[in-house]
Amino acid sequence: MPDRETNAVDVLVIGAGGAGLRAAIEAAAAGATTAVVCKSLFGKAHTVMAEGGIAAALGNVWPEDNWKVHFRDTMRGGKMLNNWRMAQLHAQESPERVLELESWGALFDRTPDGRILQRDFGGHRYARLAHVGDRTGLELLRTLQNRAVAAGIGVFMECKILRLLTDASGAVCGALGLWRGSGEFVVFQAKAVILASGGIGKIWKFTTNSWESTGDGHALALWAGAELVDMECVQFHPTGMIWPASARGLLVTEGVRGDGGILKNREGERFMFSYIPEYYAKETADTVAEADRWYDDKTVRRPPELLPRDEVARAINAEVKAGRGSPHGGVYLDIASRRPPEYIRRRLPSMYQQFRELADVDITTQEMEVGPTCHYAMGGVRVDADTAASSVPGLFAAGEVAGGMHGANRLGGNSLSDLLVFGRRAGIAAAEYARGLPRAPKPDPAAVEAALAAALACFENASGENPYSLHHELQETMQSLVGIIRTESELISALELLDELDARAGALVVAGQRRFNPAWHLALDLESMLTVARAATLAALARRESRGGHARDDYPDADPEHFAKVNIVVRELAGAVTVSEEPIAAMPADLAALIEEAA
Amino acid sequence: MTPDVTLSIWRGDEHGGEFRDYTVPANEGEVVLDVVHRIQAELAPDLAVRWNCKAGKCGSCSAEINGKPRLLCMTRMSTLELSAPISVSPLRAFPVVRDLVSDVAFNYAVAKRIPPFTPGPRPAGGTYRMSQFDVERAQEFHKCIECFLCQDVCHVIRDHEENKTSYAGPRYLVRVAALEMHPLDTLDRRDLLRRGIGIGLCNVTKCCTEVCPESIHITDNAIIPLKERVVDAAYDPLAWLLRRILRRRSQAPAALSATALPAAQARDAAFGEAPADRTS
Repeated sequence: MPDRETNAVDVLVIGAGGAGLRAAIEAAAAGATTAVVCKSLFGKAHTVMAEGGIAAALGNVWPEDNWKVHFRDTMRGGKMLNNWRMAQLHAQESPERVLELESWGALFDRTPDGRILQRDFGGHRYARLAHVGDRTGLELLRTLQNRAVAAGIGVFMECKILRLLTDASGAVCGALGLWRGSGEFVVFQAKAVILASGGIGKIWKFTTNSWESTGDGHALALWAGAELVDMECVQFHPTGMIWPASARGLLVTEGVRGDGGILKNREGERFMFSYIPEYYAKETADTVAEADRWYDDKTVRRPPELLPRDEVARAINAEVKAGRGSPHGGVYLDIASRRPPEYIRRRLPSMYQQFRELADVDITTQEMEVGPTCHYAMGGVRVDADTAASSVPGLFAAGEVAGGMHGANRLGGNSLSDLLVFGRRAGIAAAEYARGLPRAPKPDPAAVEAALAAALACFENASGENPYSLHHELQETMQSLVGIIRTESELISALELLDELDARAGALVVAGQRRFNPAWHLALDLESMLTVARAATLAALARRESRGGHARDDYPDADPEHFAKVNIVVRELAGAVTVSEEPIAAMPADLAALIEEAA
Repeated sequence: MTPDVTLSIWRGDEHGGEFRDYTVPANEGEVVLDVVHRIQAELAPDLAVRWNCKAGKCGSCSAEINGKPRLLCMTRMSTLELSAPISVSPLRAFPVVRDLVSDVAFNYAVAKRIPPFTPGPRPAGGTYRMSQFDVERAQEFHKCIECFLCQDVCHVIRDHEENKTSYAGPRYLVRVAALEMHPLDTLDRRDLLRRGIGIGLCNVTKCCTEVCPESIHITDNAIIPLKERVVDAAYDPLAWLLRRILRRRSQAPAALSATALPAAQARDAAFGEAPADRTS
């Protein structure tokens, strides 16, 4: 192997968002030399986009709340597809993780008696989300960032990971990276690797996700031999910005509804009352009077605007299809007529700013136009609940890139707590795994050279298209054929188009130099995106029912007999992405009882 | 037909460069970053620009628009004079990497020099109590998205490269203010402010406050109160006399470019050998 820049660590964390930093802090505290590598500048991870809060049953606002209710809400929100052990650990440990964050400097909004204030969100029985106005993710990320800096953790920023490296036994032993700034390659040798690379939203056209969310971790795991689970379950957030066109998809926090906002159609009708599914009828208000009482009186039922996200997104979709949408093809989100301007500006400062500056809308006096936008991948790397270990030795995954925790649909606020709970667990387990290895495994130099030759191929192609147009077509394909409502014929069309896009991706042309060349970066990201798009489409085809974030026009109902009992598992075998059904482990009786008793 | 807009974008690297004009059709409601992206997709695929959230929340797409430090994603085209080309150039206070991307490593180096949040012990029962009124003071500073526009505009850094060894810049004075005004923090960073990160070099022209996309009152709420604390501690004649009498030894933090602060050394020892960092 020619002389390549090489960095050796015990634990390499890929991704510097909430999960990656929490994992790194824990691995370093356990004595492992730890480094974090991230695609953007340090501190810019998509976690900063989380707005409404972090769900944890602290019981500060409603003492009735506890982990059992949170567990039950999470499982029911996920339509029972969740890995129940992950949901249990998450509900049990998230309060301590939030308090820990506070002891590291996070400043949450307070209750009158000085404790952490909690707000209402969809699918949560009690006000449960610790928050900082509507910029909770920034607070979480900056707190972890400062902690990681103080802990002396190595940070390798603006570095894209191209491949995980494995040894002869198949165990992970590092990763091959590309410095985006210089265009040079770098080898990371590591005893253990933690994937914390976030989501896949950039394969859809309208998304809340930043440019980084190209499914790198999902694809890296698949290529290294790991399994993905629940890839058909994609969350379309009900409220994204609709207008102006260039802002379409930007997140409008669920906190707007949690703090009293309601949804209306073109006729001014509060339409969510027409979309209360049987599954949630017992806990959802069916009159305006009851719904409006709920904010102060938790003995009555929750407003239908605070149904889980999958339900609200489909309702908005149906209203627009029925011709009752707003001028730009969304519906109206109204908090102006419900709460005083001062309250809105204090509780939702960044929403106020976002609409004022990007859309000339004053949300304290005007309604917002909103519609569904791709937001979150429930599916991801299949992991052991307690250790975040994948099926590949030495490879761990936490945060959005990991699957199972959220089942078929994630509740708002559960992602930030997920990052902390499983980031920490991944850090502990990876450090322990690294400690147990007698010596660092060595990457195969031939594999390194082959991967970097492949990464450079697009500079050699003489004719072909530019990566921006290919990305555009991929997004159009996924948006129109693998969107919020799926059907078999469209999914098959999508697979045919993906075949074609795969072929064209091999002939992409990148001109110019290697130093900070965004066209090259996109060409490399497209490899991940095409892999993940195929995984999501194949899984969507395989689940012939509707459940949570996966809705099929041709199978509109949930199937309690068969599909309720299986996960769709994606693997790469001999270079081909394949799917199979695998049974879900039965829930222990004590946990199952929690679901029933509170229902 | 929609009208055309022309951006005059700086293209080049550390060896030099030039402004080049790109003309594309204008669309309703666009921000400058939208136009830069269309230029990238259609006319200049290798045009280097940083961006992430495109919603003013991450602070990645900082650049200078018509010479003023702005976020590309929060600057509406409709707010600019479109009859002449709009110039877009990288942050001038930092070395250029390529095109609109600059090397902001200076900022990350400064961050490492600031002794971290150090709370008192958690009270029995596990829950700290703080009033909303008390947390709001520091919460204002926590809004910072680290776009570094304040660093870019600050003439102490922008016009005097040599000051980068002795002055931390507004962003990190805000960071120290967030720590010093955190209700639970117990450290005293006044000596660091005075001798380590040069708060005296700030002459309160408020340029930083003007460019802050988060509307943080950097000068009024962060820097001036910190200056007052430093003055109280360092220049109070009674306190000076008391110090002389008690011969209290105060350790002078090293300059930014020199060795790590005692706190940093202690933490390095606590966490073992850290791998080589690469923050550029």
